[in-house]
Amino acid sequence: MKPAAFRYHAPKTVDEAVATLAEVAAEDGRVLAGGQSLVPTMAFRLAKPAHLVDINGVEALKRLTVADGRLVIGACVRHAAFHRPVCPGPLGKLLSDVVRHIAHHPIRNRGTFCGSLAHADPASEWCLVLTALDGEVLAKSARGERVIAARDFFKGIMTTALRDDELLVEARLPILAADMRCGFYEFNRRAGDFALAAALACYRVASGTIAEARVALGGVEVSPRRIAEAERALFGAEPGDKAFRAAAETAMAAVDPMEDAITSADYRRDLVLAVTRRALERASV
Amino acid sequence: MNSPMQTQPWIGQSVERLEDPPLVAGRGAYAGDINFPHQLHMRIARSGHAHGRIVSIDASLARALPGVFAVWTAEDVAEVPPVDFREGSIPALDPYRQPVLAKGYVRYVGDPIAAVFASDPYVAEDAADLIAVEIEELPPLLDARAAPGEFAPGHSTEAALIRQGYGDVDAAFRTAAHIVEVELAIGRHSGVPLETRGAIGRYDASRGILELHGAAKVPHRNQELLARMLRLPPSSIHVHESHVGGGFGIRGELYPEDVLVCVAAKKFNRPVKWIEDRREHLIAANHSRQQLHKIRAAVDKDGVILAIDDVYFHDQGAYVRTHAARVVHMTAGILPGPYRVPAYRATGHFRLTNKTPAATYRAPGRYETTFVRERLVDAIAQNLSIDRIEIRRRNCIGPTEMPYPRPLEALGEEIHYDSGDYIGLLDKLFAKIGWNELNAAVKARKAKGEPVGIGIEMFVEKSGLGPIDGVKISIDTSGFVEVVTGGASIGQGFETVMAQVAADALGVDYRRCRVIHGQTDRIPFGIGAHASRATVMTASATHIAALKLRAKALDMAAQLLQTTPDALDIADGEVVRKDGKPGPSISLGKIAQNLAPTSQLLGEREPGLSAEGWFRTEHQVYPYGSHVAVVRVDRETGGVIIERYCIAYDIGRAINPALVHGQIVGGFAQGLGGALLEEFTYSERGDPLAVTFADYLLPALRETPRPEVLLREDYTSPLNPLGIKGAGESGITAVGATIASAIDDAIGIPGAVRELPVTPQRLKQILDRRAPR
Ligand SMILES: Cc1cc2nc3c(=O)[nH]c(=O)nc-3n(C[C@H](O)[C@H](O)[C@H](O)COP(=O)(O)OP(=O)(O)OC[C@H]3O[C@@H](n4cnc5c(N)ncnc54)[C@H](O)[C@@H]3O)c2cc1C
Repeated sequence: MKPAAFRYHAPKTVDEAVATLAEVAAEDGRVLAGGQSLVPTMAFRLAKPAHLVDINGVEALKRLTVADGRLVIGACVRHAAFHRPVCPGPLGKLLSDVVRHIAHHPIRNRGTFCGSLAHADPASEWCLVLTALDGEVLAKSARGERVIAARDFFKGIMTTALRDDELLVEARLPILAADMRCGFYEFNRRAGDFALAAALACYRVASGTIAEARVALGGVEVSPRRIAEAERALFGAEPGDKAFRAAAETAMAAVDPMEDAITSADYRRDLVLAVTRRALERASV
Repeated sequence: MNSPMQTQPWIGQSVERLEDPPLVAGRGAYAGDINFPHQLHMRIARSGHAHGRIVSIDASLARALPGVFAVWTAEDVAEVPPVDFREGSIPALDPYRQPVLAKGYVRYVGDPIAAVFASDPYVAEDAADLIAVEIEELPPLLDARAAPGEFAPGHSTEAALIRQGYGDVDAAFRTAAHIVEVELAIGRHSGVPLETRGAIGRYDASRGILELHGAAKVPHRNQELLARMLRLPPSSIHVHESHVGGGFGIRGELYPEDVLVCVAAKKFNRPVKWIEDRREHLIAANHSRQQLHKIRAAVDKDGVILAIDDVYFHDQGAYVRTHAARVVHMTAGILPGPYRVPAYRATGHFRLTNKTPAATYRAPGRYETTFVRERLVDAIAQNLSIDRIEIRRRNCIGPTEMPYPRPLEALGEEIHYDSGDYIGLLDKLFAKIGWNELNAAVKARKAKGEPVGIGIEMFVEKSGLGPIDGVKISIDTSGFVEVVTGGASIGQGFETVMAQVAADALGVDYRRCRVIHGQTDRIPFGIGAHASRATVMTASATHIAALKLRAKALDMAAQLLQTTPDALDIADGEVVRKDGKPGPSISLGKIAQNLAPTSQLLGEREPGLSAEGWFRTEHQVYPYGSHVAVVRVDRETGGVIIERYCIAYDIGRAINPALVHGQIVGGFAQGLGGALLEEFTYSERGDPLAVTFADYLLPALRETPRPEVLLREDYTSPLNPLGIKGAGESGITAVGATIASAIDDAIGIPGAVRELPVTPQRLKQILDRRAPR
């Protein structure tokens, strides 16, 4: 578990970083952010990047700001930054709920929000958040920059729309309306493990019924996804056990769960019922 | 921990550990901290196939890598025999021993194929990756229940059929009012110490001594074993244990890597260091536990057990390692536990598969059989509609029946329960936890539809494996005591406990004692730390040696003080008058000076204030206990939450209650792992699926509630001078059984749990099968 040899680069600016990436991308050059996923992969020699471009020294990437109705999260913002609400209203609260499910404290002190997006583990909480809230990311390379919407970004297990020479500069989440109710629930075998299934639910109530609903699942399919069927089932319904259960059952039917040697698709589907209903319940309190 | 008193008696006090200051100050010396000038680093290239024939190995690229000193394959160690059994040759099992490097065939993913020796560990790993191995795949055998195949020409994968028993079992089954039968499986898991294995071989050409540094546990046994294998005089090999980050039975055995560093160190005349990485650890260090039992009981109309008949399959993995058939054999001997079983038959199929080899892990044979036996007794209670406590009352061996010999064996000794009151302890536990109130509360919650349940199980432990231990104690001219033992410290507080025992007999402060362990150059005999033996055996020998030394000190003091020894006592290192009246006194240091070889006053005495003591025993000692669990099941996910866990244990005599407590709590956490989380899983091709801590799930802080411990000292052992019984394995033994029974109770399906670990997915399947959604 000693990594293979690599060359280490420590750019100081975004431009320097993308210039270096442009040079080394062809030789499996990789961005090093918090290193909490990449370094273990290297230790197992599942990844043997010839170059590492360490972005931790790039000041501009440490920004965490609210602008134009969006929360902008720079590439070097750590998970731990979200332990306390980073902005007023439901979004800050939601993120501070969710972050406690990501690994353990020491890992949260190093790992980054954007690193999680780039890594794109199917069960990543931040990938689920970006998907549920229809966030977007800004990608930059020596060739220019582009904005990628969440729904176009995740392409499967640990696969994204990001190109080898692109730096994910920031992620953007919409500030949620003050009356948006949000709930998150995940099931895992131990605290801090990647979830076997996770759900994020948000809804608003107008005149006693659900006026707007978002239900997204993580860890179930190869990428997190909003479940339109469940959202439709909630629309116009009175929030409560009956509606939540119906939506959860709809979600259960709508998913195409992953299967591996340990966890069956059927079991993951069972979990969808539990996590969806519980996320909705949590949103209601 | 209690704040320690500063005086004798030390025995019975939770004094602070002597071994902690270096450890908490970062001054410990673990295997990784041991370095010698000019050392080489070894890396093992391992099989990626579960079963196959080695067609070719091409190490030319690896050898050509700068920094690589040598690469070995089986041919380079042709003269080294396979790793021997601890107790010597067992002809029937010899063919199943593991070669230090795979010869002709690979038999599990992780099987060592080649060893790289290089200037640094990174280069060694780079080189190992460059070794090209061509393997012709053979079908893997992954299930010990499947029909046996051929291990090698003329040798079946069923290495042995183990039989133990007594009485007329068939007659009992013919006439019994009821026959209760269950099939139960224990998952493959093992001890996973925080510190992985490590071995440093060093050949001291100036003295002609080969040294092995690293693991603790059985240094003297490993010394003998190495001497046999390498055909060297035992006194030319020295094994040195260092600090350890956990042992649990699996660390400290002699493995292929330990032999390789020794052979290479001698051949290259350079120290060779090997530190296992975590992935290697999970596929190369001993696995344990995996068994399937088909067990039946013949019972009369009142639920009294007349006979037990058990057929079990033990999944040994790819080779038979140092323990030989120990676990599979002990399983048969230990299964009946606290119950009277008039007739008994156990037949164990000792079978090889293409998985990592298995051996002992904390409470070997007992974790497994306690699960099996207690599930069986629960099933009897259920079938006969008798309360599960009542059924135990009817079948438990009572205090008046002690000592209770049983014509069965464990670890080569006849089982002979020395003392105890099993039901008495259970009742004490009930009183402590408020059994009736607990039951009422759980019942009320159940009535409201909450899936909560209580599990309760009993066990008899086995500890203090003999046959003998010896200790040498000496006091220097400053009065400082050195206790040289053949024992081993695997982190359990060995030094503190031996110091407490020595200090009481010698009348000194326990902090004025240094305890030596695990050093074969200091004492030529030792059996080490395993089978919960260290405190029973080594402390007894310490006690005996210390009493001898005391007598010698008093004898000399009597001459110096012009009185008789029986008028004297030792307090705080000073020999004083027993009657407490003022008068002259003399320190132990002074007495040591007067016993120097050159002393004028020595007379006919042996020089030196020192003594040697031996403790011999024919039987192990049998502590016992009960566990109670309260669990809640999450019906939607199959998750299990442990709300409460209680452990009652009668240890006979606790030298240091805080340390016993620590053993129990730590054991509980590991038991919980085996009950709910930990499992070495394999794909159909025999690829191990749990090779990181992301897949091999150890219980962590948030999964592990703090157990409540009732530690009793009601029944001391009559078999040793201090009445001690062992402590190491009581916390773990019944956890699988107890959680299983609590889950059954919570979901209202008796006998539902038939397999460990109870993963959420398995439990969900049980719930879906039996209950409409
Ligand atoms: C024990 C453990 C438990 C964990 N549990 C969880 C969990 O429950 N939930 C969870 O979501 N995560 C979990 N993680 C992963 C952790 O959250 C990581 O921090 C995260 O996945 C990656 O972030 P990082 O900053 O560490 O990225 P790195 O490890 O540095 O990089 C990961 C990958 O993303 C690429 N990358 C990173 N940043 C950028 C960028 N700005 N632009 C382009 N590419 C980039 C890297 O090149 C690399 O390929 C766990 C990790 C550990 C060790």
